[in-house]
Amino acid sequence: MKPSLFGYRAPTTLDDAIKILASDADAAVLAGGQSLLPAMNFRAANPTLLVDIQHVDGLRGVTVEDHRIAVRAMTRHRELELHPEVQRTHPLIAEAMAHVAHVPIRNRGTVVGSLCHADPSAEMPLILVLLGGTVIAQGPLGAREIAAEDFFQSFLTTTRRPDEIIVEARFPLLPPGAGWAFDEVTRRHGDYALVGLGCTLSVDGQGRAKNLRLAACGIADRPVRLKAAEAILTGTTLQSGDLNAAAAASTAAVTQSDEANASASYRRRALTALIHRIVAKAAARTRPRMVQ
Amino acid sequence: MKRMAKPSIPERSSDPRIDVSLTVNGETIHRAVSVRMLLSDFLRHELGLTGTHVGCEHGVCGCCTVLIDGKAGRSCLTLAVQANGTEIRTIESVAEADGTLHPIQQAFKECHALQCGYCTPGMVMNILARFEEPYPLDLSDAGVRDMLSGNLCRCTGYINIIAAVRRAAELLGRT
Repeated sequence: MKPSLFGYRAPTTLDDAIKILASDADAAVLAGGQSLLPAMNFRAANPTLLVDIQHVDGLRGVTVEDHRIAVRAMTRHRELELHPEVQRTHPLIAEAMAHVAHVPIRNRGTVVGSLCHADPSAEMPLILVLLGGTVIAQGPLGAREIAAEDFFQSFLTTTRRPDEIIVEARFPLLPPGAGWAFDEVTRRHGDYALVGLGCTLSVDGQGRAKNLRLAACGIADRPVRLKAAEAILTGTTLQSGDLNAAAAASTAAVTQSDEANASASYRRRALTALIHRIVAKAAARTRPRMVQ
Repeated sequence: MKRMAKPSIPERSSDPRIDVSLTVNGETIHRAVSVRMLLSDFLRHELGLTGTHVGCEHGVCGCCTVLIDGKAGRSCLTLAVQANGTEIRTIESVAEADGTLHPIQQAFKECHALQCGYCTPGMVMNILARFEEPYPLDLSDAGVRDMLSGNLCRCTGYINIIAAVRRAAELLGRT
């Protein structure tokens, strides 16, 4: 339960950090370490070199812009959770963040680190997919922006190249009047989700859902949009028959097989319950647009 | 009876070392530490501060919780080298020098919120950090359970611990 031997560097500039990372194919980026260090203590992860980015200039802070919230790589979960502007402009983030492990973990763990770890049960990757956010990957050849749905590839695997550092995640804001909700089913509060579900939507003058998005975690090898359910619910008034149809269309999205924590059929039932609960909650939070 | 051959263990670890400077309970510490030394082991083995307990070493039990720059964190999920330049507070700093208990410790004592006491240092440090933060506290049942959700106790069943957190809030005038 102690990590095996590794090298350690703590650069202060991004250029140096990328150079060091590129110099060793088995190097790993260390931010908050709340996923990487347990894996190293178990010796499930054995990087040869850790590039600690906590002293790198320009990797801290949260910026609330017109259409999105930009979260730099060393921003701890709790900084984002407690950010007054984030709480005011994006309550979905605070609602999801309350489910990310516990406060002492959120004090140390970073949002971007959680995205890069890409646990398929984790909350923040789901939120990034739900909102259609992006990440900025910086490597020796420059920076590129990667859409959330292209970033999460499979279990603990992203399309980040080994010599790239994800320097920022961008969470789009919701349009005015949109509803939102997130909840999850867990064995114990603070555990990884067995199934988690997020929803955003707007309603038109007739109470019909539009711009409805649903994303789930814990059901596949990555966070996934429930596009079949989205298509069924869009344009409806979200009656229980509509929700039943959406839930039925989503069972095929549960590809996680039976495992120690839950069976696949349990996950399907949990997902069905969450679709009913979360879509209704999000709809109840919509505000009709002012009459022009 | 044949005696076992003495195992060949080097006198000193050959791990590469890095110089770190940090403040622990108000005292400035300079040490050369192995890069893979966990902060929990640094506190216990290098500094002899054995009040920080080590339960699981993968961030689940919360026994090793200390304050890192004023915020509760797992010392088993922090490398000593990551703590370079930080200010650490451990359970040894909580009671006064003459042994007078901190109100949180007093509340744990009054409410019988511990049996074996193994998890208690982590609980106290976690709650201490929350009480020192400027944010409002949710002292409802669900709120206190949420505050304690990162600390496992295998003896008491939490009821008395929840009562102790509320009693501590009373003693400290936190509502």
